[in-house]
Amino acid sequence: MAFTQEQLVEGLAEIVNEIAGIPVEDVQLDKSFTDDLDVDSLSMVEVVVAAEERFDVKIPDEDVKNLKTVGDAVDYILKHQA
Amino acid sequence: MSSTNRTVVVTGIGATTPLGGDSATTWEGLLAGRSGVKPLEGERFAELPVQIAATAAVDPGDVLPRPLARKLDRSAQFALIAAREAWADAGYTGPAGEDERIAPERLGSVIASGIGGVTTLLDQYDVLKEKGVRRVSPHTVPMLMPNGPSANVGLEVNARAGVHTPVSACASGAEAIGYAIEMIRSGRADVVVAGGTEAAIHPLPIAAFANMMAMSKNNDEPAKASRPYDTARDGFVLGEGAGVVILESEEHAKARGAKIYCEALGQGLSADSHHIAQPEPSGRGIASALRHLLETTDLKPSEVVHLNAHATSTPQGDVAEIKALRQVFGDDLDHVAVSATKSMTGHLLGGAGGIETVATVLALHHRLAPPTINVDDLDPEVEADIVRDEPRALPEGTIAAVNNSFGFGGHNVVLAFRSV
Repeated sequence: MAFTQEQLVEGLAEIVNEIAGIPVEDVQLDKSFTDDLDVDSLSMVEVVVAAEERFDVKIPDEDVKNLKTVGDAVDYILKHQA
Repeated sequence: MSSTNRTVVVTGIGATTPLGGDSATTWEGLLAGRSGVKPLEGERFAELPVQIAATAAVDPGDVLPRPLARKLDRSAQFALIAAREAWADAGYTGPAGEDERIAPERLGSVIASGIGGVTTLLDQYDVLKEKGVRRVSPHTVPMLMPNGPSANVGLEVNARAGVHTPVSACASGAEAIGYAIEMIRSGRADVVVAGGTEAAIHPLPIAAFANMMAMSKNNDEPAKASRPYDTARDGFVLGEGAGVVILESEEHAKARGAKIYCEALGQGLSADSHHIAQPEPSGRGIASALRHLLETTDLKPSEVVHLNAHATSTPQGDVAEIKALRQVFGDDLDHVAVSATKSMTGHLLGGAGGIETVATVLALHHRLAPPTINVDDLDPEVEADIVRDEPRALPEGTIAAVNNSFGFGGHNVVLAFRSV
């Protein structure tokens, strides 16, 4: 089944909350993982792995660097989900 | 700023140990003669010959925010908690630079552990086997590297003069404090956060130490298992936690009006070159370290009134240490109140030098030697004045204390402190 944009934001918010302790309501499409959400490059790998499991999608390492904002990640998953 | 042979003082202390989550509750536990040794619960310990350990009184996961804790090995968690307490106790209100009384370039961090992030290593290997490559945490390397605790504490206080991690098994914490004293004495730093930490309570290290026949197997009476100097001692009890002190040049401490606990006189060092893990039975290596201490500091045996002994509760080691003290101190050992606090805290390996330095500093500060518990039948080979069961008052006037730490590999580190 395909996830909606709303479901993806909600799921990413829970993941970012778990990993970086940021309140879920602060995780929005325009937010930068590094600059706004306290997710450094190592923690970003954790976010990606958690998102892959939760949304049943593969995000290759070479694509991770393009995921600057929550919106980037949501768009990527929308496009690549099974 | 780069003058050498400067006087070094202790201005802050912090600890999280099997007796308490800070230095004050740890000290209360030591004075009360409380054992921190408990049964190890859980299926993964069920097959082990040793099923007791001195686990931390306060779990670090209950103290640190979860997003921070999950990026730190348990040994780094302990170190950070103890360092924060010590930093605040020294009167600093923020990281170096933010607190303008200390410049980042004049601040160091020297925190050691004996084994490093061993539980991270083993747990992540379980993840690799059970869940696959992709699930191995990207934080694994910074978590398992033995310099992780020192580096994380350095980041916390913004230390830029140097971050170091001497590794010498159970002497590591003491070696860190000795290294830190030298950093200040030689002019490289004005202030150094120094100590030891360890978190190795996991079936593999326990199985390994037990197979060396180094650990007590007194599973039925955990509180009585660690019994240095008693004739029935049968090995050490593994403990976990951290002890950290703030060391500072006297000049720097006085200029900012800091509270001063005591002077950190310096260290004596040697190596046994005898066996990779067995203590040298005559104590010659330990005696050599004590002589080195007397040669390189102005400590006089006549002013030493207290010793926090290494005394891990092993049959050979406890006696070799006392023999060495007698060789070097002679009759002056008679006025030394000897405390083996591992009888209560268990053996924190690389953390031992940290928490025992905290205990030694507090003993001088309060002029009170903590007791040694479980000495029901004193080994006749222990020809020294062991403080048993109750704390003992230390004399008025200028007094000094020594803290001994020895490690597998034959490392001997002795530290000395003097009242101010």
